[in-house]
Formats: sequence, C-alpha cells, structure tokens
Amino acid sequence: MKKDNLIIAKKKFKSRLIVGTGKYKTMSECAKAIKLSGAEIVTVAVRRVNISDKNKPLLMDYIDPKKITYLPNTAGCFNSKEALRTLRLAREIGGWKLVKLEVLGDKENLFPDMIETLKSTEVLTKEGFRVMVYCNDDPLMAKRLENVGAAAIMPLAAPIGSGLGIQNKINIQIIRKQTKLPLIIDAGLGQASDATIAMELGCDGVLVNTAIAKAKKPFDMALAFKNAVIAGRQSYNSGRIDKTLMGNPSSPLKGII
Amino acid sequence: MKKIKIKVNGKNRSISETYKLSDLIKHLKIPMKKVAIELNEEIIDKKNVNKIKLKQNDKIEIVHFIGGG
Repeated sequence: MKKDNLIIAKKKFKSRLIVGTGKYKTMSECAKAIKLSGAEIVTVAVRRVNISDKNKPLLMDYIDPKKITYLPNTAGCFNSKEALRTLRLAREIGGWKLVKLEVLGDKENLFPDMIETLKSTEVLTKEGFRVMVYCNDDPLMAKRLENVGAAAIMPLAAPIGSGLGIQNKINIQIIRKQTKLPLIIDAGLGQASDATIAMELGCDGVLVNTAIAKAKKPFDMALAFKNAVIAGRQSYNSGRIDKTLMGNPSSPLKGII
Repeated sequence: MKKIKIKVNGKNRSISETYKLSDLIKHLKIPMKKVAIELNEEIIDKKNVNKIKLKQNDKIEIVHFIGGG
C-alpha cells in the first residue's frame, strides 16, 4: 500500500489523529493516552505560569515537544485581540508557527465566532503563522477561511465536549468537495465510531480530547480512536459500494438445486 | 533600598528598584526556555531580559503551555 500521510503546512504526519491534552486526571495519564493514541500532534493551551507553586508539573516535562508536535490553541479567547495575543506568546515560547485558532462566540454552546475567526486567520497568516482553524460546519465560511490563507479547515462535529458526534454530514461532505486543504473534524466526537464516520466522509483527520480524556478507560479509548481513524481512512480509500434500495444476493443464483 | 510595585501574572509584588526583568525571572525560578514573557502587553524578546529595568506599575505576564483541547 502506498504511503498515505497527513500533510499540514508541508509537514508530513503518519497519524491522522490529533489529540488534546486537557481534562486528564494527571499529566502522566495524559502522556500515556497520547502514546497509545499514536498521535503525532497534540493541542496545548497557553496560560499563566503558577508562580506560587513552582513544583507544579510542567506539560513539557511529560510530553517532549521535540518528539510530538505541539499545536498551541487559543481556547478561552472570545475575540480576535485575545486570540492574536495568545498565539504571539505561544510563538515566543519556542518558535511555534503551526497553531490552532479558536475564537469562541458563546459561553454556553461554545460555537466559534466566525467573524472574529476570519479576521484573526487573515492577520495571523500575514504574520507568518500556519493557522489551523476551528470553525462552524458552514461551507461558505470554510471557503472564506481558505481564501485568507488557512492551513487547515477544522469544522466542529457538534459543540465542544458534547460527545454528540457529527451532526451535519452533508455540510462536511460539501466542504470536503470544495477544498483540497486538510479537513479535520474538531470537537464534539463521543466515541470511536464517530471518528470512523468522519474519515469515511473524506476528512483528512480528527481532533479529539474529551472523548478520550473523560472516557471511563482513557487508555483503551485512546487505542480505540487510533484504530477507528485507521479503519475509517482505509474504508474511504477502498471506495465503498453504491447504495441500492433492494437486496442483491451475495451467492450466485446459477446452479441452485 | 527603595522598593517599587509591579504586577506579575495579576498579583501585586514589591521589588527592589534596581531589579531587571532577568532578576525577577531568576527569583521566581522560571525555566526561560519554557515560557513567554509580556511586559505591559508587549512581548519581550527573551534574549533581552537582562537589559530591561523594571519600573513602578509594570505589568508582567509569564505564560507557558498547559493541557488543552
């Protein structure tokens, strides 16, 4: 079988599963789940250093940024200004240019504010960032993001952390058809089969955090997602059969006794 | 020695007026390679921390990566 890498901003990745590093009980649990998932890219948040507790474990001590690609995010940002500030700081930590932009518009449903997101994508791209954009599953907005230089389109399956799975397959298929950019389902997956469905729709990858971190057995779920993404991709590449309304016998009709 | 007031990650702090940004970082035992620093909302090039003298009411933010989705 020929190599089937995920390519984002000219960088090649073998794994099509991107995982978040939030919501784990401990750093070591997080690190082990990531290892089991096979993910080569992990999302991370930018926050204040705890200056009163210097012994608090650091993410970088558990997940080596030389081995795993850190994808700094803008989680918790509600406007373009905050998002730009966060990612400029992220770049300063160690030269990160590949970033995940996420500008939220509502504290309850956590849907992205697409006007602020679009503005930020344009500014960041001009500053040399390679921006993977968390967005609504709106084909028109996805096109606009592409036009201002997004490095990847990352529509939600459902609200962040909801575990509802892909709610609007048609929109995802339309976005798939219109773009050659990496298309990654970000947010809202609940179980491994949701990832398979995303891959079978032709997505290039999925980004999962809560569904693994908050599963009763995070390590098993990490492995399940790894396998689900591989299965979905293989299925997509294999070319599914056409759907028919009526049955089609699997055994020959000739020679029936 | 005269003291000045500054804010570090939202918390008030009193430091000697001779303090440079590098002194503060050293005092807080911050691993420089793993953080980014903002002084009054402007990102600081980490190479220059020993050239920056802190002033009264300076606001410093020191951030790093934590787990997130």
